[in-house]
Amino acid sequence: MLLEINDLNVYYGAIHAIQGVSFNVREGEILTLIGANGAGKSTILKTISGILHSRTGSVNFNGEDISGTAPYKITRKGLSYVPEGRMVFSQLTVQENLEMGGYVRNQSEIAPAIDNVYVRFPRLKERRNQIAGTLSGGEQQMLAIGRALMSDPKLLMLDEPSMGLAPILVSQIFDIIKELNESGVTILLVEQNARMALKIANRGYVLETGRIKFSDEAHNLLDNPEVIKAYLGG
Amino acid sequence: MIFLSQIINGLQIGSIYALVALGYSMVYGIVKLLNFAHGDIIMVGSYVLWFGLSRLGLAPWLSVIISITVCSALGMLIEKVAYKPLRNSPKISLLITAIGVSYLLQNLSQLIFTPNPRMLPNFFPGYVSIGGAQFAVVTIVTIAVSVVIMIGLSVMVKNTKMGKAMRAVSENSDVAQLMGINVNNTISFTFALGSGLVAVASVLYCCSYSQIEPTMGSMLGIKAFVAAVLGGIGSLPGAMLGGIIIGIFESLTKAYISSQLADAVVFGILIIVLLIRPSGILGKSIREKV
Ligand SMILES: Nc1ncnc2c1ncn2[C@@H]1O[C@H](COP(=O)(O)OP(=O)(O)OP(=O)(O)O)[C@@H](O)[C@H]1O
Ligand SMILES: [Mg+2]
Repeated sequence: MLLEINDLNVYYGAIHAIQGVSFNVREGEILTLIGANGAGKSTILKTISGILHSRTGSVNFNGEDISGTAPYKITRKGLSYVPEGRMVFSQLTVQENLEMGGYVRNQSEIAPAIDNVYVRFPRLKERRNQIAGTLSGGEQQMLAIGRALMSDPKLLMLDEPSMGLAPILVSQIFDIIKELNESGVTILLVEQNARMALKIANRGYVLETGRIKFSDEAHNLLDNPEVIKAYLGG
Repeated sequence: MIFLSQIINGLQIGSIYALVALGYSMVYGIVKLLNFAHGDIIMVGSYVLWFGLSRLGLAPWLSVIISITVCSALGMLIEKVAYKPLRNSPKISLLITAIGVSYLLQNLSQLIFTPNPRMLPNFFPGYVSIGGAQFAVVTIVTIAVSVVIMIGLSVMVKNTKMGKAMRAVSENSDVAQLMGINVNNTISFTFALGSGLVAVASVLYCCSYSQIEPTMGSMLGIKAFVAAVLGGIGSLPGAMLGGIIIGIFESLTKAYISSQLADAVVFGILIIVLLIRPSGILGKSIREKV
């Protein structure tokens, strides 16, 4: 197991947002976490990345307990996270955003890593000196993913990468995620767009108000009548 | 010629304001705190300088280095002890703490050094004549040192890894952490850098004004604060520009209107600029989230 989540209980003050969630991510797979608005998907990713803390349980990454570790140290261990809403550094240029993504790498590794991102996202290369805040939503998402790849992660966590994008861009983003996975990056994907997510994923977990409701192979979830009714639009 | 020399005088004191304003602006940018204790570091820098020179009998250059080191360390210490524990508290708690730290420094200094003014020598005596006008060497040195520092700082913030990390943390410290940036170290560095610049400002100030006292930092600090806000708080070119503008207006008011009115003019400019451009001359208006 690359990532093992065991009995997470996360609170916002008195609100018990995550209630005893356990799951795991296997090396090399795409795992998707789906659920309605407010189910707690983002909260789980924030807890794994160290921004929030669980009251109980543990987060094991690559055989090491990382619960309670500072976020910047978690990133250095090879876990990269693209937060909801992209969160590019809007005052920095495209290139500077990528450099920040490679903050943990050696100086000599940064230029080749940036070139790799530009090969994957030629659009970003054209706009390398543009201030990131002026990019379109789709370009910002590509930058956010490219930035997260700069640290050469073992595990990439994506929080709703398709949010707010036009349909053509949505399928492009899903293609990119699949390609990344094929090139060896393990992926934990949080999505509202459950159908598309399950189509590219190996396995899925369905989250409902802070608890795991279903967990199965992705293709089984796509055929599960309850999942279809509640999450795949009938 | 009088006019020109008043402009030069304005540039001199303006450079000092600008060096202090840079620290105000950097700290505001990175932790969104108006660090009212920042001005009092000028006083600390001056007293360390005085102590090194007249009590320990050290060479001027050594006293200057010690003063910069002590101020940088003090800036980091203040952040760690007083501000860091309040990082997630309401901004008003931080602000009140900053004012408290300012009074603490002033009172400690009165206790240690007594309220009596002390005198410091000018390291750069003498005059030079440029284009028929006489200028004090210290004036030229002050302006030159400030220009070099400002250029160096701009290059550093624009191009170095630490400078880029500072900008990233300023914009969004949570996301900066996700990049693997140690935000605490970046904040400490920013306080050290800002306080180090203040120490340089205090050396330049002491060379021209020679007299120091425990409360000297408050008015200087307020002027620098006005400069930072005038230029656009959070903007480094803004802090430089703000400092220079205030220095020049102050100097011209003293020369042509009246010395007593100089401070009123400074605050008047601030009010007028903020009425026209609330985010300051070079400040970015808050961008809406996409
Ligand atoms: N900072 C916060 N303070 C208080 N409650 C919060 C906070 N952030 C989230 N919550 C609550 O925790 C629950 C889970 O939120 P979370 O953002 O994890 O949901 P989500 O599944 O990511 O939803 P969405 O699909 O809309 O992004 C929600 O009920 C939300 O209101
Ligand atoms: Mg969410």
